[in-house]
Amino acid sequence: MRRLLVGGVVVLAVTLMCVCGAWGKSLKIGFNLPMTGGIPDVGESSKEAAEMLKEQVNGAGGVKVGKDVYDLDFVYEDNEEKAESATAAMLKLITQNEVLAIIGPQASKQAVPAGETADSFETPMISPWSTNPNTTLNRPYVFRACFLDPFQAPVAVNFVSEEFGAKKAAVIYDIASDYPNGLANDFKKAFEKRHGDGSVVAFETFTTKDTDFSAQLTNIVKSDADVLFVPQYYGEVPLIVKQAHELGWKKPIMGSDSWGSGDLMGLCGDDCKGLFFTTHYSPVGAKGSTKEFIDRYSAKYGRVPNDVAALTWDAIRLLLEAIRNTRGLTGNLQNDRKAVRDELAKIKDFEGVTGKMSFTTTGDPIKCAVVVKINDKGEYEFYKSVCP
Amino acid sequence: MRPSVGFVLYALAAIVVLTLTQWNGINAYVQIVIMFIGINIILSSSLNLINGYMGEFSCGHAGFMAVGAYIASILNVWLFASDQVFGPPLFPPSSALFLFPVTLLIGGIGAALAGLLVAVPSFRTRGDYLAIITLAVNYIVKSSIENIQAIGGARGFMGMRKVVKSMTEAIDLPWVMIWIFVSVGITVWLIRRFVNSTYGKGMVAIRDDEIAAEIMGVNTRRIKMIAFMLSSGLAGVAGGLFAHILGYINPGSFTILKSTEVMVMVYLGGMASLSGSVMSAVVFTLLLELLRPLQVLKWVVVPLMLIVLMLFRPEGIMGNRELSDVFPKLRRWFQAKEPTS
Amino acid sequence: MDHFLQNLLNALQWGSFYALIALGYTLVYGVLLLINFAHGDIFMVGAYIGFFVATFLIGSYSYHIPFGLPNEVLFVITVLVTMVLTAGVGVTLERVAYRPLRRRGAGRLYLVITALMAGLILEHGNLALLGASRRSFPELIPKVVYQWGGVVVTNVKLLVIVTTVIVFLLLEAVVRKTKLGMAMRAISYDRFAVPLMGIPVDTVIVFTFVLGSSMAALAGVLFAAAYPVLEPYMGALIGWKAFIAAVVGGIGEIRGAFVGGFLLGFVEIFVAAFFPSTLRDLIAFFVLLIFLSFKPTGIFGVARSTKI
Repeated sequence: MRRLLVGGVVVLAVTLMCVCGAWGKSLKIGFNLPMTGGIPDVGESSKEAAEMLKEQVNGAGGVKVGKDVYDLDFVYEDNEEKAESATAAMLKLITQNEVLAIIGPQASKQAVPAGETADSFETPMISPWSTNPNTTLNRPYVFRACFLDPFQAPVAVNFVSEEFGAKKAAVIYDIASDYPNGLANDFKKAFEKRHGDGSVVAFETFTTKDTDFSAQLTNIVKSDADVLFVPQYYGEVPLIVKQAHELGWKKPIMGSDSWGSGDLMGLCGDDCKGLFFTTHYSPVGAKGSTKEFIDRYSAKYGRVPNDVAALTWDAIRLLLEAIRNTRGLTGNLQNDRKAVRDELAKIKDFEGVTGKMSFTTTGDPIKCAVVVKINDKGEYEFYKSVCP
Repeated sequence: MRPSVGFVLYALAAIVVLTLTQWNGINAYVQIVIMFIGINIILSSSLNLINGYMGEFSCGHAGFMAVGAYIASILNVWLFASDQVFGPPLFPPSSALFLFPVTLLIGGIGAALAGLLVAVPSFRTRGDYLAIITLAVNYIVKSSIENIQAIGGARGFMGMRKVVKSMTEAIDLPWVMIWIFVSVGITVWLIRRFVNSTYGKGMVAIRDDEIAAEIMGVNTRRIKMIAFMLSSGLAGVAGGLFAHILGYINPGSFTILKSTEVMVMVYLGGMASLSGSVMSAVVFTLLLELLRPLQVLKWVVVPLMLIVLMLFRPEGIMGNRELSDVFPKLRRWFQAKEPTS
Repeated sequence: MDHFLQNLLNALQWGSFYALIALGYTLVYGVLLLINFAHGDIFMVGAYIGFFVATFLIGSYSYHIPFGLPNEVLFVITVLVTMVLTAGVGVTLERVAYRPLRRRGAGRLYLVITALMAGLILEHGNLALLGASRRSFPELIPKVVYQWGGVVVTNVKLLVIVTTVIVFLLLEAVVRKTKLGMAMRAISYDRFAVPLMGIPVDTVIVFTFVLGSSMAALAGVLFAAAYPVLEPYMGALIGWKAFIAAVVGGIGEIRGAFVGGFLLGFVEIFVAAFFPSTLRDLIAFFVLLIFLSFKPTGIFGVARSTKI
């Protein structure tokens, strides 16, 4: 009886959910985003960038692929910032909604398992923001629009060594979150390679959602480190920086690309001024298409786009470029997906709002990192560009 | 023993679903939802053993799930797949076919041993103090995994997909789904047998009055130990299966939030009601999937529905009863013999 | 030595928050035997209400208060208004979700699940209403850093610690000396005899929720002043940990909540300071496990004799 009930409910569910996607004159692209969970703002800004692009493209008459013109149709799924939910959302997009390709997930925790799914279902996926090497490793259908952790870390190490003459460094990071954890370890490796073993004098950790870092920061302040590296998200950075200053830290603090993905200055205020971080692009002093993007986004949503928005924008445009290059879709989903993947893999150079990217065979872009300084007006000022 | 009608029906349903899966009659999304339902059935009915039948308040079930998931995954990847960490496979990959249930079981045994961490303090502690101990165990498990860099730490562990792939390459069948059906069947059968045995009666006696139970000659320590180990062991099996559905696990998937989800399923179904647990696992999982389009509002609507449900049925869907108590005619479906009492 | 004193101060501040939140758990538990898991989220609501009150008072919206006040006064007003409003939220929750259930005689664990659900609604309702971007609590008290030798302390830190101690003394007095406080203790002592004595149980329960929620609000505003980043999920983790603190102290005991809160704060801070901080949670929770194995009812908890 139990099973009968289960069967009945499943059948009901199938009929309810099986809205068989009509392959009309629209291009269906799926988005796998964290709308709830720990980083809802990441999902929100990705969605905003996507909506803006959709309006722009559809307003201009759609995407011309070969002889046909298609309207964009975006399907958003919430992955709740959970690995299992991201996988389920992925399968739903691929098999229920029958999307052509997928943008997202953003954070590596979801992008790594979801990439596995996309690859085994031979659906092209571009993660705009996941910097974990495993996301694209040995997965021909998975691409990304940002650089990798092992590249970013040496950039930060070289920058602090040359700019501040740092010989000893301290690091504070979240051990339970794989992005900060990976980056902190890469930073340690790179720093010790340059300055010898033991040159990272304090390597302190905390756990996701902690707000008090006083014990760790006390250790860091008492150590004789020359610079503090904080590879954290923008929600924790103001707390860390403020508490460090309260505990008497006066030396420089260096950050990573996750700093730029939110309203850092609104949360941090004066404490963050004069600090540096590596990132994907710098909104201040941008030119050309980057400036155009920033202006339009700010006009529409009333704030400067963060790096997630910019990378999502680039990822979608990259995908559209590949779709255009197919010179006509057949309507057979499996073949079209393969064609799009092949075209994605063929793109060698791409001019995005986050800079020029060239793709390696693994689906990872080679692009320049930017070091920005937070100036006295609280803007992210371009300071230095570091290319591989 | 003659197989009961319930068992036959379950086997038939399983075969139908598996056939559909094999011939692509249902798409992968529906498949994964069915698999998650299976996992949730194991989790909620095994937690019901502790929270329902024994009347304790365990809120760290995800910790045991993590232990099982990691042990089974590491064993499988180490034995049957070539991996950066563990090197080439020790056994031919196709042998995963036969040894997968063994590793799954070892994962379950590992989780059962972790269950001792809760079982031993439970001899002296009850109620909310024991709840804290289960919480602490959940934190300890998560934090330990995060600190072992060899198995990926916070970055998680993967490679299970290769194992599953080598199984399908040997014989082309949906193996993970098969093992989920088998495990769900065994779990439900095992728990039903357990709660109807003298141990089960002992558990209920402990819930109602521990001291009286002890005076009446119930070996409370032994029963607590076995109940905790069985419950956490089953959670471990569920974890192992979960890991092989996703092909990727990380400690962040096994937090208190996950434990809370399982707890909600138990109380939604009704304490000490096995059929309630099974039903609520099905309903809850489907509800979460069906309400996906609501995005942010989903997590407002679902709890609201549950609160309203609680207001109208404060004892959960089934209360303290089984399906066969509500519809006595069903009894012959579940039992081979007529009940003696 | 500096190092030790500095961490002592850090631990006192951090423990204060645990203590203030644990108090809400303990009060409600003492009277209702209900683990109010929504309490962490009431703390979050308190911080958000505090944020809106404070930004309103400093004139961030179109309507301004017609006269200027010094920031310290604004802070005090913020705290008081927030406490009143949050107490309203707590009481509403009691009336809407818990009381009907209680009347129907539901098992106490079903109440716990209802509380968990209420917490989820508060979190995600906030997310849906206010959006995902975090808020920064305005700096009403200009930060002053004092330094003695190698020990650094800010005025906010001192304020937090002193307020917590005062609140503790006040509450002890309320519970021991006032009629309502005595009624609360009576209910936790014998819940069956009390209604027979003509004590209005519902009034006492409402009073308990007012007390607990306003303490959570106080904690919320102080927390926002010390850690000025607000987000919808801020109450979840600290709520669970404060619950742990309440139980370690001996749940149902006001002294227990304070001692347990400070104890948890000390363990967390000192493990992070003197051991590899990667092992913080591991060591902290092992200590807890061992402690509870030896003292199963917490520090002040009394093992109740069970009648057969």
